[in-house]
Amino acid sequence: MSVATVGIPRALAYYIYFPRWRSFLNELGVNVVTSGLSNRQMLDEGVKEALAEACVPIKLYFGHVLSLKDKADYIFVPRLYCLNSKTLYCPKFLGLPDMIKHSLNHLPPIIDTMFNNRYKGFLARRTELAKSFFQLGSKFTNDKLKILKAFYRSLKTEQRYLELLQSGLLPNQAIAVLGGAKNVNIAYPEDSLKFAVLGYPYHLYDDFINVGVLTKLRRLGVQVVTTENLPPGILARQKHPYPKDMFWTFSDRAFRAALHFFREGRVDGIIYVTAFGCGPDAMVYRLIEMESKKYPHIPFMILMIDEHSGEAGISTRLEAFTDMVRRRKKGV
Amino acid sequence: MLKVTFPRMGHSYIAFKMLMEEMGNEVVVPPRPSKRTLDLGVQHAPEFACLPFKILLGTYLETIEMGANTLVTSGGHGPCRAGLYAQVHHRIIQDLGHKVNMVCFEAPLRHPIDFLKKVNFLNSARLSYRAVYQAIKKGWHKLKALDNVERLTHKIRPRELVAGATSKVYRQVQLWLDQAKTYQEIDEAYHESVKALNNIPQDPDRMILKVGIIGEIYVLLEPASNQEIEEVLGNLGVEVERSIFLTGWTRDNLNKNSKDLVTCHEAAKSWIPVAIGGHGQDSVGHTVLYAQQGFDGVVQLAPFTCIPEIVSKTVLTRVSRKYNIPVLTFFLDEQTGKAGMATRLEAFVDLLRRKKLARLDTHPAVTS
Repeated sequence: MSVATVGIPRALAYYIYFPRWRSFLNELGVNVVTSGLSNRQMLDEGVKEALAEACVPIKLYFGHVLSLKDKADYIFVPRLYCLNSKTLYCPKFLGLPDMIKHSLNHLPPIIDTMFNNRYKGFLARRTELAKSFFQLGSKFTNDKLKILKAFYRSLKTEQRYLELLQSGLLPNQAIAVLGGAKNVNIAYPEDSLKFAVLGYPYHLYDDFINVGVLTKLRRLGVQVVTTENLPPGILARQKHPYPKDMFWTFSDRAFRAALHFFREGRVDGIIYVTAFGCGPDAMVYRLIEMESKKYPHIPFMILMIDEHSGEAGISTRLEAFTDMVRRRKKGV
Repeated sequence: MLKVTFPRMGHSYIAFKMLMEEMGNEVVVPPRPSKRTLDLGVQHAPEFACLPFKILLGTYLETIEMGANTLVTSGGHGPCRAGLYAQVHHRIIQDLGHKVNMVCFEAPLRHPIDFLKKVNFLNSARLSYRAVYQAIKKGWHKLKALDNVERLTHKIRPRELVAGATSKVYRQVQLWLDQAKTYQEIDEAYHESVKALNNIPQDPDRMILKVGIIGEIYVLLEPASNQEIEEVLGNLGVEVERSIFLTGWTRDNLNKNSKDLVTCHEAAKSWIPVAIGGHGQDSVGHTVLYAQQGFDGVVQLAPFTCIPEIVSKTVLTRVSRKYNIPVLTFFLDEQTGKAGMATRLEAFVDLLRRKKLARLDTHPAVTS
């Protein structure tokens, strides 16, 4: 039997969950390919296919799926509903397989396993996820034991991945390290600036979509921490004055991370990256912005990206912000 | 003393007003959303919050100017943004320096204690729970009457002989229902309303098109937010059927197994199999049902950046092709103008009419 190849688009939830999916599928003897780094062509094709009102990340996702069309036997477009029994994902994630299936033509079969354990009990929330993985695995093998082993291995991989992230690596570096690359930690001078850059993983770690915000900051000599570098306990402990948490996992994390960085006060500045038309962010960025007024000693900036974001515009804003923070720090 | 106000959503304010007054509160009736409402909302709301968020914020600010100090609204548990409206609104309003109470009702069966606490807070007349229950029931009765009357206007407007007659009568009967305070008066007002509407001279031979309206609840229910699309379509000789009424929606939300909801989700199964928040799944389901019932077309209304409706719109393109039913989508925002919308609607109705005539020509036996 020839080995099946599953394509995983390098977009949206990729930056958080890819290591686990890859390790699970690899353990089952399935070949995993990803789409390449985002580029102009993908975006253009995505813009053509997706609805004009959708946000850039979704348009880009369409482009990524299209680029995998001839490379894989299956394309993995999971329906991420809820993974921690509390917070959901953006409705666009919930309907992602439907959007892909019903608007793109001539695609290989889509694997749309649903992951949902919302409002489940202590045990059920684990078994529900295991069930989803079994469902996914049974597409490739009938050997239950093999799936169980793969499930266990994938859990280990995810743990290792999270450890790498918490040691200060960014998702792309951590994925590379898991793939065998050497772990290089760049040493920053003692007095270098440290910014918290917040936002959804798919806004932050896709260098094309945000026109290289993180790279530019590094070049400006700024050390960057993100939500993914924080241990989960810190996020869970953040108290906020609102009756309800954010509904969406990434928003909830971003909001709590912002609260943490403001309260701890160890960073020199906070930048929030958001995409034009992002539904959840319309709520989140305003709440963070209002929160920031309570902490006037920490400069805060919102960077908005869309499919027309220009290199020059983003560079200028980042440079100006960095200069401002640097001067402020020297002055004090 | 509590001076209570609530979001304005179509005619529902008439029933809410009665309920709140019976519980012993002074009510500030929210004014019909105007240009100024929207301007206020846009000024203080996040840039790409959806249209209902902006209108609601504008309404709150206007009613606060009029003296309101308690805002009553509804919540939700995601993934639609509307569930977070209350807390973000409250925070923005506090940030502007207004001190108000925000009472946000969550699903009563899921949070019963929270629900009772909030009822107690609003219960200025210190009514017994039984009396509160009775008041809610009466409000519900009134809401049902209002919804039924509105449904009737959708049928009569396209057939009226004198343009604008239905809207005129409808405004009048809303006043009657507003003044009715007891069950008997409500029933009486309702029967009179039905009679008055049925008395409008109609043209029985007119070719009537049937169009379903689907989409997000707020822009469907509040005519000021959708540029009175029902009137515009009615005047073009289109009988509209709206997928959402407040009474139906409440019933569906309290009871997961309500018949309408189950059939609708069944119809959407092969397109969007799970609930994706808001009315995304329902929109697709209703389109399929309308196509099966032989409707001539469907109009989708959604606020700009509404996430569930973006998903359903993406899918609807293919639904429309498969079931051969034209779908016209409007993404509404603060820039939407009445003339532009009317032009698009006229063109759409023209197309539907031509399509229907072509069908009638080939099958002369089928007459509507």
